[in-house]
Amino acid sequence: MKLISTSCVIALFFCAILPAEAQVTSDATPAFKKLDSIEARAQGCVTCHGQQGQGTANGYFPRIAGKPAGYLYNQLVAFRNGTRRYPPMNYLVAYLPDPYLKELAEHFAAQRPAYNNQERLVQDAAAAARGQMLVTAGDPKKGLPACIACHGAGLTGMEPGIPGLAGLRPAYVVGQLTRWKVGERHAAEPDCMKRIASRLTDEDISAVAGYLAQKTPPTNASPEPSNLVRMPFACGSQR
Amino acid sequence: MRKSARIAIILATFGVAAAGVVYLLRPGVLPHDKDTPQLSASTQQINKGEYLARAGDCVACHTAPNGTAFAGGRAMPTPFGALYVPNITPDDETGIGQWTSDEFYRMMHTGVSRDGSLLYPAMPYPQYTQVTRTDSDAIYAYLMSIPPVKQKNREHELRFPYNNRDLLIGWRTLYFKEGEYQPNPKQSAEWNRGAYLVKGLGHCAMCHTAVNALGGSSESKAFEGGMIPNQNWYAPSLTSNREAGLGNWKIQEIADLLQAGVSHRGTVYGPMAEVVFNSLQYLTDEDAKAMAVYLKALPQKDNSPPPTSQARLVAPETMELGRKVYVAQCVMCHGAEGKGLPPEYPPLAGNQSITMETPVNPIRMVLNGGYPPGTRKNPRPHGMPPFSHILDDNEVAAVVTYIRVAWGNSGTPVNAKQVNDLRTLLPE
Repeated sequence: MKLISTSCVIALFFCAILPAEAQVTSDATPAFKKLDSIEARAQGCVTCHGQQGQGTANGYFPRIAGKPAGYLYNQLVAFRNGTRRYPPMNYLVAYLPDPYLKELAEHFAAQRPAYNNQERLVQDAAAAARGQMLVTAGDPKKGLPACIACHGAGLTGMEPGIPGLAGLRPAYVVGQLTRWKVGERHAAEPDCMKRIASRLTDEDISAVAGYLAQKTPPTNASPEPSNLVRMPFACGSQR
Repeated sequence: MRKSARIAIILATFGVAAAGVVYLLRPGVLPHDKDTPQLSASTQQINKGEYLARAGDCVACHTAPNGTAFAGGRAMPTPFGALYVPNITPDDETGIGQWTSDEFYRMMHTGVSRDGSLLYPAMPYPQYTQVTRTDSDAIYAYLMSIPPVKQKNREHELRFPYNNRDLLIGWRTLYFKEGEYQPNPKQSAEWNRGAYLVKGLGHCAMCHTAVNALGGSSESKAFEGGMIPNQNWYAPSLTSNREAGLGNWKIQEIADLLQAGVSHRGTVYGPMAEVVFNSLQYLTDEDAKAMAVYLKALPQKDNSPPPTSQARLVAPETMELGRKVYVAQCVMCHGAEGKGLPPEYPPLAGNQSITMETPVNPIRMVLNGGYPPGTRKNPRPHGMPPFSHILDDNEVAAVVTYIRVAWGNSGTPVNAKQVNDLRTLLPE
């Protein structure tokens, strides 16, 4: 291997940087206009969630843009306190105070970026029909309410604590429902999602995730206000 | 009297005497004067105790994640097994409600618990021994004033032979030196206050002095840095200008780092972010400055010579890859010249925590990113995103190599294996 001394390399570097380097930027690359701004402060989030919270091309990380601020805040607090376990997030927010987490939550809640290209999940007809039924009508025989009963007719969530599901990737939806089912993820008591997830089979979970992935997100992605419907299950996060 | 009976009496006398000597030599017996009137704690004393308890960062270890403050239960992984930190709320049954201030001082000063058992040095009594009786009493008064929490202590899960507390007698002989802080009359009051806080309650040496296989550290190596067991962060030397030696920092920069968590020279992350968040941010400006004065004055000594030019050689293709990654991902915040935008984004050029011999910390920062702690002086810190999912081991190694040698930085290259070793660990 050819080695040259560091000082030579540095000299070469200064020559090399003179022609302007074409920067490949994407939504996942750190960038901001003003140092003293929430955009600059939120740069710690962008390589996974995108500059405006739209998500990135990278597999698992969820879209957080436009989710209710109350929901995002609850998640940030849970990550900080360790009640929601995901080590990279637990580590990042470990020493951030409540008012700042609230500010970050409100920042991403206010974003309305375009949806990323959706990821399709290959489903057979039966699974597709099951997914559609669970999302839009529920399964009364199993005591399962429809997703849209709480997550909004357009699946854009409900103020203050229920997240939108539109635009979430199947891997993320499957991951979260499964974690709820096995007791690794919790929400404020009464934990309505625990009641629901424990009634879902693994097949149900992948059917729901597949159907959600194929739903075209609405143009107005704002969460619904909380006074439109009465929810079939009581949820601690809505109190 | 028969001869055998006489021998028996002599032996018995020796036995009693020996037992007495052993009793008197047993650690932690303090003469206490029963005639001293015990005054009820004043508001002033309790406030002072709260401040000192923060300076000692008691809450960090004595609180379980998401648990009640001081109620204990936190698992503390050590190379010898897990310790479970006890409840120090004033609950009569499960906490320290029945302790007297004498017993509390004996524990702080000698590492002997109320029941006479020897404490494991995970409790920093080798440092707390320097705390004065007055300060210990104030901390005691504060702890007695907080709400009692009924929560039973959990048994430690230490491996044999470390589960035998009697072995601590040996450890103590080797590594424990009892004694309150003695002011150095040749130094200023400010320096002495700083030394008292750094060496005593601050227990900085717990991380910033290397520990050996027995979990001991030697005074001659004080503040020379070391890996933090089980946390996979490196606590840099405070005495080496090539690490975090503070000899050429301004006093204000050191005080800012301690109190705000950010400074014009560097930023705290990982375990030090926790210390700043729980403890140092609450210090008065005077105490932060006193610590800075003492830390800056620590004698600077570099035990190993600077890396040779041979050791600093970098393959040109590595340098080019590192530069490309840097320009694409890092320039926005840290600048083409590595000057950063301090204090929001730390400088990389001339930043000792990047160039020091072990590259653990800069590799971890690139992999996992990090937010400095939100503090009273910097409640809305700027953060760095993780890159572990964007950059492969070669790219991380290249960009860390690049920042370690660019702009006149004096570091050495790192390789993909070093990155991979840290990638497989969960961030803590």
